[in-house]
Amino acid sequence: MQVPILKQGPYLIAMVQSALTDEDLKQLRDTLVDQISHVRARGVIVDVTALDVIDSFATRTLRDIAHMIRLRGAETVIVGIQPEVAFSMVKLGLTLEGVATSLDLEEGLAYLDRSLRGTVADGRRAHR
Amino acid sequence: MEGALIADEVRVPIDSDVDIVTARQKGREMAGHCGFPSTELAVIATAISELARNIVRYAIRGEIVVRQIGKDNGKPGIEVIASDDGPGIPDLTLALQDGYSTSGSLGLGLPGVRRLMDEFDIASEFGRGTIVTVRKWKR
Repeated sequence: MQVPILKQGPYLIAMVQSALTDEDLKQLRDTLVDQISHVRARGVIVDVTALDVIDSFATRTLRDIAHMIRLRGAETVIVGIQPEVAFSMVKLGLTLEGVATSLDLEEGLAYLDRSLRGTVADGRRAHR
Repeated sequence: MEGALIADEVRVPIDSDVDIVTARQKGREMAGHCGFPSTELAVIATAISELARNIVRYAIRGEIVVRQIGKDNGKPGIEVIASDDGPGIPDLTLALQDGYSTSGSLGLGLPGVRRLMDEFDIASEFGRGTIVTVRKWKR
């Protein structure tokens, strides 16, 4: 199951539509890390609203995505983790430490807008 | 673990990462029929995902059996049996410690699954295979 990736302004939005296998998750990671430069995106949103399970592998891959995207010079935010999924993750001992999360797509976009303004003001991205 | 009556069961052979998704979806479905609320469905599906993942990672192939069970007092529950004929776990005490892993993964598999479910039982013979049985009772 391929995850459709849309471009909206300076952002890439990956909309997960259904359950993902490990291979699907790896492919999503590789595609996002690669795509970021092609479209010169400044931020990535991964919408996981449709996921009914986020297990150890999914958690690790989401964290890898966020860290790799950061190394590529952009920000990532994971949106839409469902309450029962959050409950199971915590029980299992999984965290997304160091990864931004937001309630939904709208909040995720607002988060990226804010963090992008912040970095521009710092001048850290002045020489892109 | 206490004895239980088996009402219905589904068997999923575990051979690749695709089967991990199948197993947890079938398990969730069965737990849904059993009347578990959505939070518990996610918990059960997550536990199955981790158990199936261990099979793929350590044993290459095995099987997940999900059963609807009932206590003597009529209370319904779900039983998940994850079995494989893989290398077995040399040190069970160590494998049940948080943070321990031999494959360089997160190492949270078994203790995490134990926290998710109500009952947890493991039998492993070095060189022969592993059977993990977990249960969750409807509240």
